[in-house]
Amino acid sequence: MGRAVANDGTVAVLIPAPLRRYTGGESTVRGTGADVAALLDDLDARFPGLKGRVCEDDGAIRRFVNVFVNGENARTLDGAATPLASGDEVGIVPAMAGGLSSR
Amino acid sequence: MTALRLPPEMRAEIVAHALADAPRECCGLIAGKVGEATRLHRLSNLEPGTDFYRVDDAELYALTRRLDAAGEDVWAIYHSHPTSPAEPSASDIELAAWPDAVYLICSLAIPGNPALRGFRIVDGTVTEVELVAKSAV
Repeated sequence: MGRAVANDGTVAVLIPAPLRRYTGGESTVRGTGADVAALLDDLDARFPGLKGRVCEDDGAIRRFVNVFVNGENARTLDGAATPLASGDEVGIVPAMAGGLSSR
Repeated sequence: MTALRLPPEMRAEIVAHALADAPRECCGLIAGKVGEATRLHRLSNLEPGTDFYRVDDAELYALTRRLDAAGEDVWAIYHSHPTSPAEPSASDIELAAWPDAVYLICSLAIPGNPALRGFRIVDGTVTEVELVAKSAV
């Protein structure tokens, strides 16, 4: 797939529909950060509340939210500490889940 | 109650999916455009048990990217309740993260008589949506 590569030090962040109320309706925003946590801090400064929907208070990615870095689930990488480089693509998608038991 | 048009063939497809995956819960979504259902996508349930569902996260991410590119959205999210009623469970409500989608629940609790109901779940508040086969005139 043709991933748009920008070498301006930023990464592209794909915002899912349920979180676009934080980004003024934008489905793609750009941000900076050495890792996922730093990127979310950068985004949260411009889009207050966004990070809280993705991370727990301790900074870990929420169990029912996924962050993909260049198509790989960050949970299988280094979680919120997954390093980022200019031109990377980060995608956020809330899980679809439920059930009779609790998790 | 708000009414939403669910094409009869999609209703039948959800019931067929629920029956095929029982006793496990099935799951999937219906894409939409401008408020109308366009296409049903079966998705994989990662949960091995019979009382929980979690859509395969990588499948979901790939699909939502395709929908975004096509200008479609997540119109409905469906899953089955193989042995319980067609209403959201406590976990269904707690984990509902797509306020713009309709949550469709297909119950197989009464053998031979599958039930399908639709709900909006927004910040813990559940509102039933009437599912109709045809648009109101």
